[in-house]
Amino acid sequence: MQPLLELRNISKSFPGVQALSKAQFEVREGEVHALLGENGAGKSTMIKLISGLYRPDEGEILLQGQPVVFHNPRDAQAAGVATIYQELSLYPELTVAENIFMGHAPRNRFGMVDWGAMRQRARELLASLNIHDMDVDRKVGTMTVGNRQRVEIAKALSMNARILIMDEPTAALTEADVQQLFEIVRLLRERGVAIIYISHRLEEVFLLADRVTVLRDGQYVGTKPVKETREDELISMMVGRTIHNLFPKLPAQVGEPVLEVENVWRKPDVRGVTLTVRAGEIVGLAGLVGSGRSEFAQVVFGISPADSGTIRVNGKRVEIKSPADALKLGIAYVPEDRGTQGLIRQMNIRENVSLAVLRDIARNTFVNRKAERSLAERMIEQLSIRAYSSDQVVNKLSGGNQQKVVVSKWLASKPRLLIMDEPTRGIDVGAKAEIHRLISELAQQGMAILMISSELPEIMGMSDRILVMRGGTIVAEYSRDRATQEIIAAAMMSEAAPETIVPGNAATFESAAL
Amino acid sequence: MTAVTTEYPSKAKSSSLWKSLRSILASQEAILAITLLALVVLVGAANPRFLAERNMSDVLQGNAYIAVAAIGMSMVIVSGNIDISIGSAIGVLATMCGLIATETELPVIFSWLLPLLGGALIGAINGFFVAYLRIPSIVVTLGMLSILKGGLIVYRGGETIYNLPPDFGLAQLRPLGIPSPVWFMIVLTVLAALWMRYSATGRSIYAVGGNKEAAMLSGINIRSVIMKVFIINGVFAGISAVLYATQFTSIQAVVPPGLELSIITASVVGGVSILGGTGTVIGSTLAAVLLRAIGSSMVFINVSPYWLRAVQGVLILITVLADILRRRQLRRH
Repeated sequence: MQPLLELRNISKSFPGVQALSKAQFEVREGEVHALLGENGAGKSTMIKLISGLYRPDEGEILLQGQPVVFHNPRDAQAAGVATIYQELSLYPELTVAENIFMGHAPRNRFGMVDWGAMRQRARELLASLNIHDMDVDRKVGTMTVGNRQRVEIAKALSMNARILIMDEPTAALTEADVQQLFEIVRLLRERGVAIIYISHRLEEVFLLADRVTVLRDGQYVGTKPVKETREDELISMMVGRTIHNLFPKLPAQVGEPVLEVENVWRKPDVRGVTLTVRAGEIVGLAGLVGSGRSEFAQVVFGISPADSGTIRVNGKRVEIKSPADALKLGIAYVPEDRGTQGLIRQMNIRENVSLAVLRDIARNTFVNRKAERSLAERMIEQLSIRAYSSDQVVNKLSGGNQQKVVVSKWLASKPRLLIMDEPTRGIDVGAKAEIHRLISELAQQGMAILMISSELPEIMGMSDRILVMRGGTIVAEYSRDRATQEIIAAAMMSEAAPETIVPGNAATFESAAL
Repeated sequence: MTAVTTEYPSKAKSSSLWKSLRSILASQEAILAITLLALVVLVGAANPRFLAERNMSDVLQGNAYIAVAAIGMSMVIVSGNIDISIGSAIGVLATMCGLIATETELPVIFSWLLPLLGGALIGAINGFFVAYLRIPSIVVTLGMLSILKGGLIVYRGGETIYNLPPDFGLAQLRPLGIPSPVWFMIVLTVLAALWMRYSATGRSIYAVGGNKEAAMLSGINIRSVIMKVFIINGVFAGISAVLYATQFTSIQAVVPPGLELSIITASVVGGVSILGGTGTVIGSTLAAVLLRAIGSSMVFINVSPYWLRAVQGVLILITVLADILRRRQLRRH
């Protein structure tokens, strides 16, 4: 069968970087073809070549066997290529229908926008995706991420897309939205659309894709039918070596409680949370997006202080009104989004790492440069940050190494409690295993760790204890040996089995459910 | 950790040395210094009178008060804010300086020091609105601009202050044969540059301008940093006002037209990113001198000085374009 789109011997370089080198890729009609690789493997470059943002230095792109050149995204669109990026590109102030037909609205015979026809066709398009409950006159900015993504897909179809590129489409979705997205993808596949699917989550590849192509360091590693491969094979293709253990959990001595939270409220998202994290213990906090887990972390770190309830640190009752207060108490917080919350991009590694301890390493108002440099170098060593020196600007590091810089910043403050929100989101498998190893070692050294994650394998692989949040409160608790993916997922989404509900939280859980 | 580490190609020492040399040469400060030097050499060759000591002294001195104000402005812009009331503040503070000298019995030193306090007060008010009431600085300082400018007209009606005491002329002093404004410019620039680069607070200013949220999460008190920046900016406006007021034998009690634009231009052309987070006061001072040198060159090569504004505009566009291109290159790694 002739591929719909084929890339042959494609090379592309940027100043100082060979992003792709003689790589190849193809996708057929009615196929979901997953594109895998660590960060920096060349996936983004390949997508940008297909969608007309870049032109290859070498090699050719064939559409139905015919060589084509995309000079710009418009050419690619005309050829039927549509791309759904991680950051959705919709206009929040415009309606669903206006967004779908942006740039190609139906006109009436006076050359004006035919609003009636536009709404009608928008409804038809959405209906063809089995979406029947969306108001086409609603402003996109008021909708959930999942719904916005559906609008984006409808927009692609309105331009008669034959090739749909989806770049990490599930990164920001809740579980229910993910399910609906999968249904839409399957529907499109049946209709003959060729789908290029990029994701860091291997389980999605196995659920959804027909074939998978792996890139590494800008080079083509191989293509496999999904049915004939296994997770560990794909991982070793991606990293070029065998990862022995993605979740290297070490046994640790669990000690005294470091954080004790009792019935803490912060409306509207945190509704009566009670939990304890002990020294040496890794507590995994699971929950859907919107369950209040990140908001709870922000309460403990003082970003949005608690309305009521008590927080104890090392047995002493405390008031945490700002991140500075939290820092003084030995609490550190690795935020969910390292780009907007973790790093200062213009600064180098050294300056980022010392940021949370500036006052401590500054003597008489001036920063002690020697201490700062040795701190940064120690962290680079301890976390194996790949950089040529501590003076390297963080923007030029890979995602995994950036995350290590953020973690370093917090380790520099020598915390007793480390809160990590999605510690490995969007980073490649190799760096993931390293960060897991680090978390494990920190717990072994007696640090208390509260880890929030959307990835159940990570929660289950790393935690001593697993707490599930829903509706702003803790609804279930499992010990490491009793947890299974199924019961955690069930507790996240709906009524947990009664005996697994933590007794102390039962009352608040019921009131929250009203 | 050893099980999962990959090898990272270690760069050869020489290439990293070349890299750092290249990055120094590509810095805005170096570009400005080289441009300044080239301009002096070229115009000097075309018309040797340009190189006369008297003219060189004017080139250095003429924009010194702008350079001093641009130090504070650069800090404000690095922190992610802007102060468009600075020209009016300097006008008011210069008038204050002259009135203290002529209408009070206070020793002349008070006429030099009280405007600094006045500047700090104006800065504190601006800073309070920006930091604590979270009103965008452009709006706050636009309001402040009108209040100061209008207030000055109502209060003094634009009349000129004469009869300044004989020992009033701070800017006319020449310690070691160098005009005092040049001393102020150089010493303050060096001190401020060191403070910006090596102090904890200076670092915090860059952090707040680079990424407010990350800075806040790192335990930096953003409000206090912004407050400090505006107060310091006010003090520098005060020093600038005193240098401006004491350079002649009379002071016109009006706001010098377009002064805030000249100061912001010095900062921006000096490489302070209008988006916050990067830039140095060395750059802004070099830019202030360069702008004066360009103005002076025009006279010597027979170009109408009315072109100066246009040249300034072109320089702003080039610098901002360069900044944006640099950022783009950073983003794509």
